[in-house]
Amino acid sequence: MAQELLLTRNIHRERSETIDVYLRHGGYEALRKVLKGTTPEALLNEVKASELRGRGGAGFPAGMKWSFLPKTKDKPRYLCVNADESEPGTFKDRLLIEKDPHLVLEGIILASYAIECHTAFFYIRGEFHRGARTFEKAIAEAYQKGFLGKNILGSGYDLDVLVYRGAGAYICGEETALLESLEGKRGLPRLKPPFPAVVGLYGCPTIINNVETLANVPYIAERGAAWFASIGRPKNTGPKLFCLSGHVRKPGVYEAPLGIPLLELLNDRAGGMLHPDRPLKACVPGGSSMKILPASRCDVLLDFDSLAAAGTSLGSAGGMVMDSSTCMVGALLNLAEFYAHESCGQCTPCREGTGWFVQVLRRLETGQGRPEDPDLLIDVARKVEGNTICPFGEAVAWPVGSYVAEFRSEFDDHVTRKACPFGAASVR
Amino acid sequence: MSATTIPVSPETDRRIDAVLDRYPRRSSALLPALHLVQEEKGWVSTEAMEYVAGKLGVAPAFVAGVVSFYTMFHRRPVGKHHLQICRTLSCMLRGSRDTMNHLASRLGIGPGEVTRDGQFSLEWVECLGACDTAPCAQVNDEDVPLLDQAAADALVERLRGKR
Repeated sequence: MAQELLLTRNIHRERSETIDVYLRHGGYEALRKVLKGTTPEALLNEVKASELRGRGGAGFPAGMKWSFLPKTKDKPRYLCVNADESEPGTFKDRLLIEKDPHLVLEGIILASYAIECHTAFFYIRGEFHRGARTFEKAIAEAYQKGFLGKNILGSGYDLDVLVYRGAGAYICGEETALLESLEGKRGLPRLKPPFPAVVGLYGCPTIINNVETLANVPYIAERGAAWFASIGRPKNTGPKLFCLSGHVRKPGVYEAPLGIPLLELLNDRAGGMLHPDRPLKACVPGGSSMKILPASRCDVLLDFDSLAAAGTSLGSAGGMVMDSSTCMVGALLNLAEFYAHESCGQCTPCREGTGWFVQVLRRLETGQGRPEDPDLLIDVARKVEGNTICPFGEAVAWPVGSYVAEFRSEFDDHVTRKACPFGAASVR
Repeated sequence: MSATTIPVSPETDRRIDAVLDRYPRRSSALLPALHLVQEEKGWVSTEAMEYVAGKLGVAPAFVAGVVSFYTMFHRRPVGKHHLQICRTLSCMLRGSRDTMNHLASRLGIGPGEVTRDGQFSLEWVECLGACDTAPCAQVNDEDVPLLDQAAADALVERLRGKR
């Protein structure tokens, strides 16, 4: 039986971003069903039972996160949608926002109902100009049809959704930096605890969920937790959007159940390698912050627990494919420059460490490297990891440590040859 | 500051007023207000920062700190057509450096510079979240997919025609 498309069910339809097309294909039926007789608590329990895990990077169970909200209601609660999709190699939320905003919006309304909040924020990265315009339009359509605002569909439930545009800062995808940014400040991550579920936006209880996570909620509400949990693998349930880019013939977003083999995704769905004469050298399965897999270890299943067992992570499922022409020192230098540029500068190990990575990698790549440099990179990576307020430390230490460990001889080669063996063809 | 000396048009001033009460706390209006300033002016001047600070009731230094944190806010004028080329890994693997070099030699400017006639500026940017269209770019707020050297030539021609 062919796989039923869920998250990408509508994206190929003409004017898929409009409410008319969404309604014509069963849109907002889950919301109608829930508002007719499901309590917020029952919906929350359904999402919990589905074992839906967050699609933003950490893979934390969404229903459990929602249940961390304090029971008292002396302060307003907020939902913040994390549409700050900035992890290099990741472009799946963009697809949903631009092509099926109402699926996302229906998920937002259902999640807001489940956690009993009345104001939701849609924090979208500033560079997504088109996405912000599309989503504003979708919100306006939803108000007009009575899916947002006061007394939604006569249920007595009220909800407002507000778009907030970032302005160019990778770190604002980190949930507490996102909250700072939403409060109109520099996006500096906060110390945890307290966690946002207790002290979040404006000091109020706040849930932050990724766009794709929320796009699953209408399906769970409509078809139930048991159905959802039957897709994918145990503890790794549901459909998933996988991105592939780099040296691949058909870069793009592919929907598959969690647990699809990486090589099946690459070869059968994405058309295999870009150049038939250049074999796979390595793949980052989860966005640039996750540990790299050399080709010999790419025979893995793409889900949270399988990739953890393989020593890396699903992350944001932003797969980056590199062929045999790729210089790993050059590739890592490219990423190190990204992280050095994006470090918020708050914690010394990250602020200084990212600078060291760039300096050492640049001298290696230009033939000025010293024999001790590969070990120096690993040493600095160890001192950054676990020593910062937010996971940015790991996000840079993991690629650095794993590229050097997996491709050690290539790093040493740069030193002994006093040049990049890949010459002009390499990534610079 | 008297109304006659504000560094934005009355229309932008009115739109900023409207945004002040859009969010539960006024402080949240800062990024939207700065976006509105830049939308009209193309960049955010010191005078504009002071003006926005006055609107929100915060210190100009606080606004300057925020402006400098976010890469999209320009602290000096950019070209009428601001070309932003993605430099992060997936785009680099698909030739974004060749695109940048080509544009730089064709326009006679490097990254971070503006052509003498003010028509074009070039800038490296980090991952735009469009790696399936690598090498990708943006011109002002428009996405430009698959910007290889030939596409870059066509883009420059199109933008020149738009003057």
